[in-house]
Amino acid sequence: MKQAAPSRRIRARSLVVLIPYLWLVAFFLIPFLIVLKISLSQPAVAQPPYTPTFDLITGWAGFREFVANLSPDNYLSLAADWLYLSSYLKSLQVAAVSTFLLLLIGYALAYGMARAPRRVQPILLMLVMLPFWTSFLIRVYAWINILQRDGLLNQVLLALHLVDEPPAWLATDTAIHIGIVYSYLPFMVLPIYAALEKMDETLLEAAADLGCPPWKTFWLVTVPLSRPGVLAGVLLCFIPIVGEFVIPDLLGGSETLMIGQTLWMEFFTNRDWPLASAVAVVLLLLLVVPIVTYQHIERRRLEAGS
Amino acid sequence: MNTGQGRSKVLAGAKRDFAPWSDPAARPLVRFDDVSKRFGAFTAVDHVALDIYEGEFFALLGPSGCGKTTLLRMLAGFETPSEGRVLLAGEDLSDVPPYRRPVNMMFQSYALFPHLTVTGNVAFGLKQDGVPRAEIDTRVAEMLSLVRLEGLEQRRPHQLSGGQRQRVALARALVKRPKVLLLDEPLAALDRQLRESTRFELMHLQASLGLTFIIVTHDREEAMTLSSRVAVMDHGRIAQVATPSEIYEQPRSRFVAQFIGDVNLIEGAVAVIERGRVAIDSAAGRLTAAEPGNAEAGQQVWLAVRPEKIRISSGRPDDGVNSVSGQVVDVGYLGDVSTYHVRLGSGLMMQATAANLTRMIERPIGPDDTVWLSWPPDAAVVLTR
Repeated sequence: MKQAAPSRRIRARSLVVLIPYLWLVAFFLIPFLIVLKISLSQPAVAQPPYTPTFDLITGWAGFREFVANLSPDNYLSLAADWLYLSSYLKSLQVAAVSTFLLLLIGYALAYGMARAPRRVQPILLMLVMLPFWTSFLIRVYAWINILQRDGLLNQVLLALHLVDEPPAWLATDTAIHIGIVYSYLPFMVLPIYAALEKMDETLLEAAADLGCPPWKTFWLVTVPLSRPGVLAGVLLCFIPIVGEFVIPDLLGGSETLMIGQTLWMEFFTNRDWPLASAVAVVLLLLLVVPIVTYQHIERRRLEAGS
Repeated sequence: MNTGQGRSKVLAGAKRDFAPWSDPAARPLVRFDDVSKRFGAFTAVDHVALDIYEGEFFALLGPSGCGKTTLLRMLAGFETPSEGRVLLAGEDLSDVPPYRRPVNMMFQSYALFPHLTVTGNVAFGLKQDGVPRAEIDTRVAEMLSLVRLEGLEQRRPHQLSGGQRQRVALARALVKRPKVLLLDEPLAALDRQLRESTRFELMHLQASLGLTFIIVTHDREEAMTLSSRVAVMDHGRIAQVATPSEIYEQPRSRFVAQFIGDVNLIEGAVAVIERGRVAIDSAAGRLTAAEPGNAEAGQQVWLAVRPEKIRISSGRPDDGVNSVSGQVVDVGYLGDVSTYHVRLGSGLMMQATAANLTRMIERPIGPDDTVWLSWPPDAAVVLTR
């Protein structure tokens, strides 16, 4: 009886650890395997719209035939067609530029918040999160209003005599960037704020005491100490922006497509599920491989430090 | 600390003649010139005038909230005086930002940079000054060996013990060879044993480097053992500045007398002052003190007597000067000494300590015994406030 208690505790503990794994297997790994499988199939006029389908009744022979019918054709056509490649590049470019802008604006905002008087900080935090109270779609539609030819932005620019002719904002990359930066800002601000807010302010005094002027202290102390927040913010923004569909679709032009739009087109317009799945798998690899590599290097760096 | 005693003897010898504050020709290194600091309606520092001389180990001592840390922070440049000036070697520091002041501070929380190694932390200040790389390396190595941190160069602060962190903070502040080293409660975060050994190390460092140290502390023992002079602060004002022994033996106010160790305070009125002696009428009878201080006849005063200067005996002492009788309330046995709390006939509580000179287990004086307390006239100080 005495030994039973600890082993039961260990079992309970492993159950707790198991839950997130089960979750990931059920809602990430299995769906991913299904998508991977579809990406290796061929489109067909059928229900579901691809072949081969896997049928348990046919047994081992059926399984062998199923495997034999899988092919990497979709991946080859992805590589062959410039449309896909340019979509990927466009997405990475938009994500890189937007994330950079987000970092600049988000860091400044977070820094201002963290240095504001203690009692004001909750209010500022609230203001950053306030847009979430309104539907994301409505907020993007609002930007269409602001950016259109006779929209608020052009009215202000004309009134201030900054422009003579109302420039076209909608259907440009600028509009996409504005929409993305606006929508993703809280995801950049919050982790950086969290990192800056817990920073010990005597460290700044210590730096000044040791002969470091304020602007240099910012680079030598504040920035390195907020690094985890910056990394979290960059990842939280960059990854979903690469796959962003709604914002470029509503605010962007038709001549350049981001990968999310291409995927949507393949899936709904062309009804080519296998190719759409291949697009998705490549997108996932494109994001996961560099992040995992980076984390690996980072862990090695930390271990070397200790 | 096996070498602590030898060291302190050497220091005591060197310190014996060190008293620039009593030399009218000496110029102070640090001068607080009628400095006040207010935070809103709260006055943290209230018209402080203070001179600190080169080579001093100066202690700012007082209860928390007395303004001692604010005073130190004004010297470091983190606070600006509301009134008055702070001068360093004759130069007004008012317009000098903290990063240009030739003083360094050791913070109470140590404030080590968590993203830098021990070496990185210690080298930080030298890098800001543009010291050549090779010189940085040698100076950092020297400093790390001085504070005995060799072998830990590549550790980060979170991988160090409290005592090691304290020494990194000390090394980081000392490596720039500041004109004045400011120490804000440097030993507060250490456990008792470490605190005592570190005290001796600080004294040794200060003496061997010949630097000026200013320490802020609320620990009177720390202030007494470390410093050449102590400024006792109370509510933003300086209550007294003097050497540790003067502070202890000749306190100028009840606050100082009580803050620096135990003391018996007996209230009374001055009856007669003649031939340098003062007779005071108190609830315990007529008492005599050797020096009247600035007391005048008829004035209300307090007689301050340290417990160890009081003799406790079962019988009435032969010479009748300053002897009072009472009943022992309790006895605190501390090993080397015992503390006796005695209630006088007038209801006044007094405290006397006596060294336990014999190895007897049972002391001859115990609770409820009637005893006599006596002290010579020169053991008492007359305080007017």
